[in-house]
Amino acid sequence: MKLTQLSVFLENKQGRLYEVCALLGKNKINIRALTVAESEEFGILRIVVDKPESAMRVLKKNGFTANLTDIVAVEVGDHPGGLAGILKILFAGNINVEYMYGFVEKFSDNALLVFRFEDINKAIKVLGKNKIRIVGKKEVDNL
Amino acid sequence: MIWNERMECMASGELKEYQSERLKRTVDYIYNNSPLYKKKLDACGVDLALIKGIDDIGKLPFTAKDDIRDAYPFGLFSQPLENITEIHVSSGTTGNPTVVGYTKEDVKLWSEVMARALCCAGAKPGDMVQNAYGYGLFTGGLGVHYGALEMRLTIIPSSSGQTKRQLKLMSDFKPRILTCTPSYCLYMAEEAREIGLDPRKSSWEIGVFGAEPWSESMRKEIESSWNLLATDIYGLSEIVGPGVAQECRHKKGLHIWWDVFYPEIINPKTGKHVKEGEPGELVITTLTKLGMPLLRYRTRDIVSINYDICKCGRTSPRISKITGRTDDMIIVRGINVFPSQIEHVLLGIEGTKPHYQLVVDREAGKLDELEILVEVEHKIFSDEIKQLRIFEERITREIESVLGVSAKVKLVEPKTIERSEGKAKRVVDKRVK
Repeated sequence: MKLTQLSVFLENKQGRLYEVCALLGKNKINIRALTVAESEEFGILRIVVDKPESAMRVLKKNGFTANLTDIVAVEVGDHPGGLAGILKILFAGNINVEYMYGFVEKFSDNALLVFRFEDINKAIKVLGKNKIRIVGKKEVDNL
Repeated sequence: MIWNERMECMASGELKEYQSERLKRTVDYIYNNSPLYKKKLDACGVDLALIKGIDDIGKLPFTAKDDIRDAYPFGLFSQPLENITEIHVSSGTTGNPTVVGYTKEDVKLWSEVMARALCCAGAKPGDMVQNAYGYGLFTGGLGVHYGALEMRLTIIPSSSGQTKRQLKLMSDFKPRILTCTPSYCLYMAEEAREIGLDPRKSSWEIGVFGAEPWSESMRKEIESSWNLLATDIYGLSEIVGPGVAQECRHKKGLHIWWDVFYPEIINPKTGKHVKEGEPGELVITTLTKLGMPLLRYRTRDIVSINYDICKCGRTSPRISKITGRTDDMIIVRGINVFPSQIEHVLLGIEGTKPHYQLVVDREAGKLDELEILVEVEHKIFSDEIKQLRIFEERITREIESVLGVSAKVKLVEPKTIERSEGKAKRVVDKRVK
């Protein structure tokens, strides 16, 4: 039920984001979700791709620092209060969210969000208990 | 005014007799009082009977900074600890700092050479001196203090920092002489303008600046900012701290007091003397010290030397401003920094040795800035900004506690630090020129 996210270290320099994306494109790796976290000096590009392991290899070969992290993709009702509903469950279950971001595409009629939890296993348990649909890799790949 | 006219203006022929006699006495003294030196001299097989005068100095082995560090803390002292009246400490390349010990006689010598230096810069009895070198383990503050005391100047021991107070003391007490690092002097000018004080109208007429390398263009900037005469002073704690050499008002090199600190300039690779006037590593033998006398100490400072007699009348040779180092040490805000210290800190934090680079810069009118670039390798990297920030902060904190100087840590992508012959370039000093 876990998905793999690829994180890439980027200095805040012009063109760096383009270079990563171009590299992935050239290697036929498709980006499904993306966010950039930034500080003053550097940023972290976080992406969900169809082939994380090979993306990782390509990036490393080209001198980027990257790593893989387990994340969870959750279907969220695309209506007012949809996200709040999920967060309420997480809050009640004492689950800490490190960060989250949305998919580019919609999943059926619902939005698809990516969560990075402090304790992913506990989070999956809490979400499952509350009948929140966690989207697997196959489904994401078929989007 | 020349403080010790007899010694400072002695004809070189007569002086040579002093130097020869003192060298023989020092070699003998060290051999009999320092077990470590005895071992060293025995090991290199020098027949001490062959050291008949100063011209034989080349037969003696060199002493390196590592010899002091390896003997940490007091192993190289030639006197029992109870005869050491003062201990000073400067940073070492890794781990142990460099420790030096002076006897009461050494402190008297220090006072004497510092008095010579202050006079050489233009101080005269009755002057007031504002001493804005740091007082403490660093030799700058106390060295100037002893010299001024010897000269019976009026001392404001203001130490470094607290710039507004420095400026108030200057405005209210009107000292004629300022002693501090050149970068701090420029920093004070900026601060003065900010509080509406015209630095050109300051009471300081003479500045004695040292403890870090500075250029001729910086001299011009200081002189025009403050309307004073900016002179260069040289020293290192291994010898006596400040007061080893000093510029006179002609500003054509620093007079080195060679009746007590005998200079040689060598090719750092071969150890052979370079031709007169050619740059090389400055090597100093202390001719009269007792606490921790040193034979042919390699300062790692690159200078050239000029034996022509100066217009000021002093017969001592003059060394040039320091043009470089034989090692990769840099001086940041007066504090010695070795790249290996940074390496040590990084190694201690993650058990990994990422590529790093020290970048030192100094904006006009500002203090030195030390930036440390660290390449983010796999082991360090995290998908969370928070973790990287914590890493950055840890490095910053530990570096500050190890070096005693604050630095800004910047995480950079792998392979972005410039390499030469595969080896990362450890230091980029943007202050030079």
